Amino acid sequence: MTQSLYNSQFEHDACGVGMVADLRQRESHRTVSDALTILENLEHRGATGSDENSGDGAGLLLRMPDSYLRAVCAEISIDLPPRGSYGVSVWFLPHEEIDQSRSRISSIAERGGLNTLGWREIPVDSTLLGAAARASEPAQWMQFTTGAHGESDLHLERLLFRARRWTSRETGLYASSSSSRTLIYKGMLTSTQLRRYFSDLQDERLSSSIALVHSRFSTNTFPSWPLAQPFRLIAHNGEINTVRSNRNWMTAREALLDTSVFDCDADTLAPIITPTMSDSGSFDEVAELLHLGGRSLPHAILMMIPEAWERSTDMEPARRDFYRYHSALMEPWDGPASVTFCDGTLVGAVLDRNGLRPARFWETSDERVIFASEVGVLPVPSSEIVRKGRLQPGRMFLVDTDKGRIVEDHEIKADLAAAAPYGEWLESGQRTLDELPNRSMLVPEHRSVLQHQRLFGYSEEDIRLILEPMARAGEEPIGSMGSDAALPALSHEDHSLFDFFTQQFAQVTNPPLDAIREELVTAVRVAIGPQHDLLHASAEHCRQIVLSSPVLSLEELAKLRYIHEEGGAEGFHSVAIDGLFDARSADPQAALLAGLADIEQRVIDVVTSGTNIVILSDRNASRERAPIPSLLVTAAVHNRLVHERLRAKVALVIEAADAREVHHMALLLGFGASAVSPYLAYDTINDLAARGELGALSSEQARYRYAKALTKGILKVMSKMGVSTVASYVGSQLFEAVGVADDVLERCFPDLSARVGGTTFDGFARAVLRRHAIAYDVADEHGLLPAKGEYQWRRDGEVHLFNPKTVFKLQHATRAKREDIFREYTKMVDDQAEGLVTLRSLLHLRTAPQPTPLDEVEGVEHLFRRFSTGAMSYGSISAEAHETLAIAMNRLGGKSNTGEGGEDAERFDTSDPRFNRRSAIKQVASGRFGVTCEYLVNADDLQIKVAQGAKPGEGGQLPGTKVYDWIAKTRHSTPGVGLISPPPHHDIYSIEDLAQLIFDLKNANEFARVHVKLVSESGVGTVAAGVAKAHADVILISGHDGGTGAAPLTSLKHAGTPWEIGLAEVQQTLAANGLRDRVVVQVDGQLKTGRDVVIAALLGAEEFGFATAPLVVSGCVMMRVCQLDTCPVGIATQNPELRRRFTGQPEFVENFFTFIANEVREYLSLLGLRSLEEAIGRTDLLGIDEDRLPEGSTFHLSRLLHPPHELQRSHRVNQDHGMANVLDRHFQDDALAAAREGRPFLYEGPIHNTDRTTGTLTGSAIVREMGSSVLSDDQVILRFTGSAGQSLGAFLPRGITIDLRGDANDYVGKGLSGGRIVISAPDDSPFDPAHNVIAGNVIAYGATSGEIFLNGVVGERLAVRNSGATIVAEGAGDHACEYMTGGTVVILGDVGRNFAAGMSGGTAYLYDPRQQLTSRLSAGDFDVDLLEFDEDRFLNDLLRRYQASTNSPLAQHLVANWTQARMDFMRIQSAEYRRVMEAARG
Amino acid sequence: MAKPTGFLEFSRQGPRRRPVELRLRDWSEVYLPQDTTEVVEQAARCMDCGIPFCHNGCPLGNLIPEWNDLVYQEDFAGALERLHATNNFPEFTGRLCPAPCESACVLGIADLPVSIERTEFEIAERGFARGWVTPRPAESPHDTRVAVVGSGPAGLAAAQQLQRAGYQVTVFERQEKVGGLLRYGIPEFKMEKSVIDRRLTQMLDEGVAFRTGVSVGTSGDISLEQLRSDFDAVILAIGSTRPRELPLPGREFEGIMPAMDYLKPANRVLEGVEAQEFYSARDRHVVILGGGDTGADCLGTALRQGARSVTQLEIMPQPPESRPESQPWPTMPLLYKVTSAHEEGGVRDYNVATQRFLGTPDGHVRALEVQPASGGEVREILADLVLIAAGFLGPELDSLSSESLPTTARESLQVNSHWLVDAGREDIGPLFACGDAVRGQSLIVWALAEGRSAAGGVDRYLRGGVARLPEPLAPYATPWDSPVR
Repeated sequence: MTQSLYNSQFEHDACGVGMVADLRQRESHRTVSDALTILENLEHRGATGSDENSGDGAGLLLRMPDSYLRAVCAEISIDLPPRGSYGVSVWFLPHEEIDQSRSRISSIAERGGLNTLGWREIPVDSTLLGAAARASEPAQWMQFTTGAHGESDLHLERLLFRARRWTSRETGLYASSSSSRTLIYKGMLTSTQLRRYFSDLQDERLSSSIALVHSRFSTNTFPSWPLAQPFRLIAHNGEINTVRSNRNWMTAREALLDTSVFDCDADTLAPIITPTMSDSGSFDEVAELLHLGGRSLPHAILMMIPEAWERSTDMEPARRDFYRYHSALMEPWDGPASVTFCDGTLVGAVLDRNGLRPARFWETSDERVIFASEVGVLPVPSSEIVRKGRLQPGRMFLVDTDKGRIVEDHEIKADLAAAAPYGEWLESGQRTLDELPNRSMLVPEHRSVLQHQRLFGYSEEDIRLILEPMARAGEEPIGSMGSDAALPALSHEDHSLFDFFTQQFAQVTNPPLDAIREELVTAVRVAIGPQHDLLHASAEHCRQIVLSSPVLSLEELAKLRYIHEEGGAEGFHSVAIDGLFDARSADPQAALLAGLADIEQRVIDVVTSGTNIVILSDRNASRERAPIPSLLVTAAVHNRLVHERLRAKVALVIEAADAREVHHMALLLGFGASAVSPYLAYDTINDLAARGELGALSSEQARYRYAKALTKGILKVMSKMGVSTVASYVGSQLFEAVGVADDVLERCFPDLSARVGGTTFDGFARAVLRRHAIAYDVADEHGLLPAKGEYQWRRDGEVHLFNPKTVFKLQHATRAKREDIFREYTKMVDDQAEGLVTLRSLLHLRTAPQPTPLDEVEGVEHLFRRFSTGAMSYGSISAEAHETLAIAMNRLGGKSNTGEGGEDAERFDTSDPRFNRRSAIKQVASGRFGVTCEYLVNADDLQIKVAQGAKPGEGGQLPGTKVYDWIAKTRHSTPGVGLISPPPHHDIYSIEDLAQLIFDLKNANEFARVHVKLVSESGVGTVAAGVAKAHADVILISGHDGGTGAAPLTSLKHAGTPWEIGLAEVQQTLAANGLRDRVVVQVDGQLKTGRDVVIAALLGAEEFGFATAPLVVSGCVMMRVCQLDTCPVGIATQNPELRRRFTGQPEFVENFFTFIANEVREYLSLLGLRSLEEAIGRTDLLGIDEDRLPEGSTFHLSRLLHPPHELQRSHRVNQDHGMANVLDRHFQDDALAAAREGRPFLYEGPIHNTDRTTGTLTGSAIVREMGSSVLSDDQVILRFTGSAGQSLGAFLPRGITIDLRGDANDYVGKGLSGGRIVISAPDDSPFDPAHNVIAGNVIAYGATSGEIFLNGVVGERLAVRNSGATIVAEGAGDHACEYMTGGTVVILGDVGRNFAAGMSGGTAYLYDPRQQLTSRLSAGDFDVDLLEFDEDRFLNDLLRRYQASTNSPLAQHLVANWTQARMDFMRIQSAEYRRVMEAARG
Repeated sequence: MAKPTGFLEFSRQGPRRRPVELRLRDWSEVYLPQDTTEVVEQAARCMDCGIPFCHNGCPLGNLIPEWNDLVYQEDFAGALERLHATNNFPEFTGRLCPAPCESACVLGIADLPVSIERTEFEIAERGFARGWVTPRPAESPHDTRVAVVGSGPAGLAAAQQLQRAGYQVTVFERQEKVGGLLRYGIPEFKMEKSVIDRRLTQMLDEGVAFRTGVSVGTSGDISLEQLRSDFDAVILAIGSTRPRELPLPGREFEGIMPAMDYLKPANRVLEGVEAQEFYSARDRHVVILGGGDTGADCLGTALRQGARSVTQLEIMPQPPESRPESQPWPTMPLLYKVTSAHEEGGVRDYNVATQRFLGTPDGHVRALEVQPASGGEVREILADLVLIAAGFLGPELDSLSSESLPTTARESLQVNSHWLVDAGREDIGPLFACGDAVRGQSLIVWALAEGRSAAGGVDRYLRGGVARLPEPLAPYATPWDSPVR
């Protein structure tokens, strides 16, 4: 049992990558050196820990440097055979056992048909290593081998592979590379150390034609040299979200491998996946197997990272068949990825289907290709660059150095698709369910349905709030105000096993997907059927049944159940197995375990004898046999089959009565089910329809809508974790357990980490039997289900901390200023006498024998500074409510938070201290509403909301009906048009992106602290470590239970964990990494009392956020209808009629915080402390109330109370943001002086990719001093030449113009606030700008006004959430104008897919002379028209100005031929926007 | 929820009363039924709150949002089922409850609350009118016997719960008819007696045995000890019947009596029983001492009997018309209200302290000498019938048992957390109590809730600690302070 909450499986990484290749295979040292220069210029994408000389890892992969090796080998008398017929293995050897290791390696090699020619130690300079890297530093030795029979090429590679695998199996030793084609230098190094560490790399003789580099930004705690990249064939920038399922499926498939090409038994190569490897390492191992097994490297990579073919309508059929066929062999390795690969001849890269990583390339006039995460990383004169490009989502970029050319994506794929008759194979093998005949079914009567509902724990709420709305509307139900109900493991109510698991979600290290706006990359199809050997291909491989959704209807399940009968599908046989146990046993736990074991054995038996579809069913539950929770059965059987290596031979289909919600489906899939039929939910819907409770809806329609809602919901749950396809979600186990005993996890969920223990098998078995008794033994005269009160409080139901009494007491106390009544309130909340709710109820304070006299404890005013109110947007709540909180917090010296809706500029006026309405914390969320330069400078703290407690991994939306005039103004949008904030921040796809946004915000307001708001989940500690490395000043950990707005019920209840766990993990992980003293840790999530504050402080929090409680103080009565705009107390509404009902006063809120502070002081006194500072991280002052631990469970909260760290308990030192070296420092003061004096200013100079966020500091300095409307257009001009780093001109205010000759990276004009940015190609560029890439991804994200002229093609997601800027570019990638709510975008060239997804406002003009771009338009309601008369002039003027600024030949042509050109423009507006605008015009 | 914006679209419409002239001429109920459209609209005002404070304010824990929603969907049968699941007799509370639920209604914070009580009435009446109220005999009866002493609302609720759970229940009532205060305390114009009778029919059909005219106690027809040895458990639901006296000079004059001594015979006369002690208000000057509901009942009764004048005196000052800060939402405030009886006539006077009664030489009361309670001039009020409606002090325990039963400081019966007075001995069964006998003078809705809860306590006890019947209340619980559970 681990003692702390840290677990190495949580580690993540993200990185910078680069590559240099010579098309003519000319070997040079320059190639090596250039690659290293790229690495050094990507230093900001890597990270260091507390010890700045221990990097997260850096490395270099070379095409075998034959001449160099020949030379150094000659020096040590090793005689190398010709290139290609010797192998070099680089072994990491323990210093103390070198000789012994070498001889073991050599002898295994010999057994494997390889003769060792000799060994060479790679010379290194260990002195530059930091302590952590030094402590684990291996010796690196090159082993030179040759095949016993003179093998070469692939034959030799296979021998090397086999020998390396054998060696690793037998000795545990690691070889970073082992090949005749490539060689790797890597280690726990920073990107600048790599060159200096290996003296080989400095040797001018070392020359190669291909060099690939990688630097790693990892959240990991314990250094590991093997995890540095590149791996043997690939370097990966990204994160494989589905790695658990990929690994498990790979393990399952090992049993089917035919490894004859390796001339050995598959078992001797197993495990293919080395257990200690990172996700990227596992990817490499599988890619290597597929490649050496006989496929080309591009083929292998495309099997693992297929482009999004499932919903693609315009893909050539052969290519589609290629992907469809291979999807039968392997699920995608899903997640953000830019994978660079090299086999020594081919070198290339592929981008994931979402395009979530930047990747740019250049071709030079001397026939070299350079590829990197950023442009400008290698200085090349602009006159020598003949082509600039970027890698696009799902596309492959390949350099074939044998052929001496770049092979384009379509050519690669066309060749691969033609290699085998995939289409024919599919035609003969794959079937859809629709093709199978219908089977007869029974419809149960009402009483039987009711009995089943009782047996499976249905409540009235399940029907009224979950099933019925889904059946009616086909949508997931929405709720509000978070969850203050008891943790399932502590509850006295009946909870299903599903409730004990929470969904994981992506935060920071990888982004959640936008499954709605970017649906084209997702897929819900599932193919079921037995699998076959991965290393071969045949028609048999795709003999499968394809399901259009993993949610099976009753009819579909019947088809599978009888598939082997008359009319079914050939080659399939299904068996249904009961998931039941003996209900009458005296020992329920033993009975349940016996039941499980029996089920597993029966499944193994039937699979062994040829059944390939197993249906696990609880339909036959009876008086004698009770149902085992379907999740337990599914997980147990799946794991057992993986363990027995039978899993790949069978499809698991679940027929479950207990599964009814989206969360339940997701869990069953996540733990191994291929498909689920929630039959009791269907029966319930039939029953409702039969009783007329679904209105005019027929039961068929209702069931269809319900299943549709489930499918959409599953997609959403997956997308929260960044998973795009159900195929790779199956078995991915992206959940964690809260309150499940360790032995249950070990038995059924072995990959989940044990956290705080909880309910045992006995507890779960008894819960089933309680329901069983109710169903079979107790008559019910009213025929009603229990109310349960999980979502809405009910007296006989679940305990909620906010209930009628606590709400009443809290309001009464703070309104009447009655501290005595406040104490009654806190006692009810703290004691939880009516039933345990929170984990903290199980803790107690260890008071001191001698309390501190109360007057010696720090005063309330010191404590107020640590308090803030939660992020609630103006828009979600009324101005009255929002300003009440701001005024109160400003009076106290605490902080209020804008939330994500911006802030009315009138509130920036702080002249009246009694009624100061300015929110001290300004939030920056994914929608970037109202995030302008002025907004940012008017802040004390800037908060990046990565996730929120109520719905982590999701965006929000404000329905059009709530976008009143005043809200639209603050948010820079159109009244009446709905607003959506995307699930991800489109500028945070990885940890280095977050570091960039932090840097951007620091530049936008260098005096503000930058917060990063995270939500508690397992692994949040390692995420926090990464965030600390990314230079956040404050890390906020939100509990899962918070939330003051609307959220889907699935998320509100089933995502994230209590803050007690997350906070403890963060504290422990930061302390262990020596990072705790760099950051302030904040906590929020249902904090309600002084005791809550003190417990959070003892667990490590320094600052405390309150949201729900101050709202209740302001009048909120937990209506939980925030989504409806009907809040009857005037809080969560914009309706003027309802706002009049608001009764809150700042004084009430002041009273609340005063009472809280008084309680905190008293607790500090009892603990013998004098200040809160002394309490932080003092877990030794917490004890566990053993006698309150719930019966039948084995909680061990001791993991939360890991002993406090001596030195690393709280914030001590400030982060170094590197602000001293910002380019703006050269001209900022002069620009400011000029602005003050009202005169123009011009700066000219070079710019490099390491100059990030240029212009922002200058803009913020001017706006801070003089406001946002002082400068005239172009008053300050900054003229640069070169390649600008990321975030050029972020938040640039009006009056400042950046004029760049060269190119730029990602995030140009992020949050543009009136400034102008012009980027054009240098005059000496030989290429046509209209076809070359000039700037990166996510340009003008959240821009509110200003102008951006881009004389070239740009990357994905141009103008996401633009709400006012004018942008002209000559081409754009996928998802351009996504979520745009205002402004103008003109694109003069090609655009990618999914154009204008979710665009609700503004206007886009596409120049489309060949009339081909309408197909790129996303699904949605748009008006597509030719130019109208009054626009003609506007567009013509704009293009003239564009031409004048950029000298664009294309614009020149268009303007010159305007009469023709104007006919080739099409205008795109959202229909909703058009309607609103026309209505406004009258 | 059925209609999220219902509360913004419809305003509160309570039931309409029959014209005063008309209703003073008969004894029929004052309120008119509402048509379905109006009932549905009123139900649509329910906001289906995340925390339904009404549901907590109701001692029974009625699932008010649920049945409002069902009414909105015009599913009155479903609503009745929902209502019956927490309330045995919604037709009683729908007429008589002062509706603490409505005091707690969230809509009432800034608007008029949902007319919950009336919706309850409309559901219940539709249930009876459409024949949905049918006997529900126990599925598997057994021969465990329970005696219930007292047939007021608490006793009846306990009896029905236990009978339906399979027990053989016998209800003992010392009066000639079943109903206790319901029958003898509540005037016909508030609830017609047929409303009780139709419910009793159901209970009889379910198998409850009623023994009327049988008093229990040391000097009664059967001793408590005997009852306890004859039955497996006994529940005392004997109410709080000792009237608070007004021991002022002249109290001995004829024509001065506790309100119950006036109301009870008045009710019996209407049932056709020739009551000897019947004291009609016809042509009399009636003075009622006490400003509460019982006083109002006397007022309406006296007016219908043809009193020459009726004056209701209250010693406390006139309560405020809207909620004062000291009684914040969602508590049930003490407010000045105009009941139907007050609308019909009579004079109400507050802040009046009676000094003494003045009599005629033949010993009949002729006037009261009163003074403002806050001090001031003494005056006389003409009276030839004085009714003391000053509340009740507690159950009549003196002659109940030979052993003294435990009592609270407020002279009501002391029970443990499961309504047990004492656990009995080998030869006698356990003794339980509920209703006003435990709580003291209270509302009918508390009586029902206590009766249901005590039935749960009995069931739990007799089944060895396993609860099967609901126990909505803990003894002595109040809605806004102590734990509900």
